[in-house]
Amino acid sequence: MLNKGLFKKPKNELEAQHRIKRKTDPAIPSELCRSCPSCKQLSFTSDLENNFHVCPKCGHHFRINARQRLNMIIDQDTFVEQYHELSSTNRLEFPGYDEKLAQATLFSHENEGVIIGTGKIGSHKVALFVMEATFMMGSMGQVVGEKITLIFEYALKHRLPMIGYTVSGGARMQEGMLALMQMAKTSGAVKRHSDAGLLYLTVLTDPTTGGVTASFAMEGDIILAEPEALIAFAGPRVIEQTIRQRLPKGFQRAEFLLEKGFVDAIVPRSIQKETVKRLLTLHGIPKGGDQNGSI
Amino acid sequence: MEAYKRVALARKKTRPTGQDFIDNLFTDFIELHGDRCFGDDPAMITGLGMLMDMPVTVIAQERGKTTKSRVKRNFGSSHPEGYRKALRQMKLAEKFNRPIVCLIDTSGAFCGIGAEERGQGHAIANNLMEMMGLKVPILSIVIGEGGSGGALALGVADEVWMLENAIYSVISPEGCASILWKDASKTKEAANCLKLTAQNLLELQVVDKIISENHRDFKNVYRELKIGLYKCFQKNQALDHQQLTEYRYQRFRKYGAIETITE
Repeated sequence: MLNKGLFKKPKNELEAQHRIKRKTDPAIPSELCRSCPSCKQLSFTSDLENNFHVCPKCGHHFRINARQRLNMIIDQDTFVEQYHELSSTNRLEFPGYDEKLAQATLFSHENEGVIIGTGKIGSHKVALFVMEATFMMGSMGQVVGEKITLIFEYALKHRLPMIGYTVSGGARMQEGMLALMQMAKTSGAVKRHSDAGLLYLTVLTDPTTGGVTASFAMEGDIILAEPEALIAFAGPRVIEQTIRQRLPKGFQRAEFLLEKGFVDAIVPRSIQKETVKRLLTLHGIPKGGDQNGSI
Repeated sequence: MEAYKRVALARKKTRPTGQDFIDNLFTDFIELHGDRCFGDDPAMITGLGMLMDMPVTVIAQERGKTTKSRVKRNFGSSHPEGYRKALRQMKLAEKFNRPIVCLIDTSGAFCGIGAEERGQGHAIANNLMEMMGLKVPILSIVIGEGGSGGALALGVADEVWMLENAIYSVISPEGCASILWKDASKTKEAANCLKLTAQNLLELQVVDKIISENHRDFKNVYRELKIGLYKCFQKNQALDHQQLTEYRYQRFRKYGAIETITE
C-alpha cells in the first residue's frame, strides 16, 4: 500500500501535498508520540511529560509553553496571576496586525506573550514573569513590556525577588518604535528593583533573541540557561546574510555563551526548580506566608 | 513627504556625520579612546568638549565620509566594545558632574561573529539600565539613521530630539519587508507602516523636539542645537539627582502604560 504509485507524478497539488505529508508523519497519532528534533527518536508523550518534556534518549529540551513552565517551577496552587486580561491593540494601524493578534490568541490560548504573577518556589515567595513562545514568538510589544514593568514594580513595592523566564523573537515590529521603547522601559524597572537590593534571576530558554536579549534577559543578577538554548542578539540567519559565511556549530547556543562568560550556569529542567530554590535560600529570601501565595 | 524619501535622505552619503556635529557644536574637543576591556571601536567617537562655557561629555556614532573611512568606521555599526566605551565615558561624566550629549547615527549594532561572542546583547542591555540611573543630564539627538537597539543604546535620555530628515525605527524598512512580506520590493510600504519619521515620532511622543533642517542648511541646525542643548542642560542641572532620574524613568514609563492600553 505504501509503495503504490511512489514514482508516479502527482496529478494535482492536493495529491502532491498528501504524499509529502504521508512521508514525514509516521502513522501514529501525534498526541501519543513525538519525535525528537535532535535525535529523531520517537518517545511516548506520557514519557515526555513525566520527564519535564526532555527527550529521554538524548536530553533535548522540547519547547514548552508558559503554563507548563509555571507548573514545573511553582509550588502547587500558589500561583496568583496578575493582569491576565491585558491584550494588544493595533495602535499604528499596521497592515495585517489585527489578524495576527487574533490568530495568536486562538493558537496560544493566551491574551499576550507573557504571564506575570506571584507564587512560591520551595515555599520562598517570589514574583515572576514567564514568556509565551506560541504568542507571536514571544515578541515584545507594549503589553509585554508593560506587564513585565508592572511585575517589577510590584516586586519592588513588596520587596520580592524576581524570577524571569525568557523566550522571544525580539521587539514586535508591528508596534514600531513603541515596541523598541519597551526595552528602555523594562530596563528602567529592572534598575529600580536592583537598586533596592533585590534579587533578579533570569532563565534563558530557546530561543531568546533581539530586543529581549538586549534588555531584561541579560540584566539578571544571575543568568541561567537551558541546555542548547539559542541565545543571541542578532539571529544566526541575519548574521549569515550579513557576513556571508557559515556559522560554526554550536554558535550562540547556551554552552557557547557559558564559555564566553555571559551566563552563570546551564541548568537542565530536571534540576531547575531545585537550583532556583537553592539560589533563593542562599540569598536569604524568607519562606512562609499564607497558603495561596498572596502577600 | 513620503517616509521612504526620508530614509534615503537620512542615509545620504553627503549628509553631515557625527564628527561634523562635534566640530560645529563644541570647542576644545578631545577624543578619548577605548573601553578598557577589549579594544577601541572606531564606529563610536567619545570625548570631552566645551558647549560654549560648559564642559560636556560627547558620544557620537560615526559612519565615515570616504570609502576608506567608512570601512574603518564599520559604516557606523558598533561592536560591544563601542557601547562599553560609551558607557565608560558616561560613568566618568557622572563622576565629574558633566552633562552628556549623545549623537545617534547608525543602521544598527553590528551583527557578526565577534559582536555576538563579546556579548552585543549584554552590552546594549547594560547601557539601557545604567543610563536610566545616571545622575547627570543626558540629551540624545538622532542626526541621521536611528537603527533599533544599536541606536537606543545611546537613546535613554532626559530628552530625545530628532533632525527633520532623520529616521528612528525598530527595524530597517528592508528588514521589515523581507521578514513580514518576504518581499524586498515592499520596502517603501514598510517605511510608511513603521512610523519612523520625525513627524510620526513626535506625534507618538517618542521624540520631544524636531530640529528643522531648512533645506539642509546645517549652519542653522548647529546654531539651534547649540543654544537648545545649553538651555536644556542648564534647566536639568538645577534638578537634584532623584528628580532627574525619576523624570527620566517616567519619560520612558509612559510608552504603552496600562492607562493607554486599556483605553
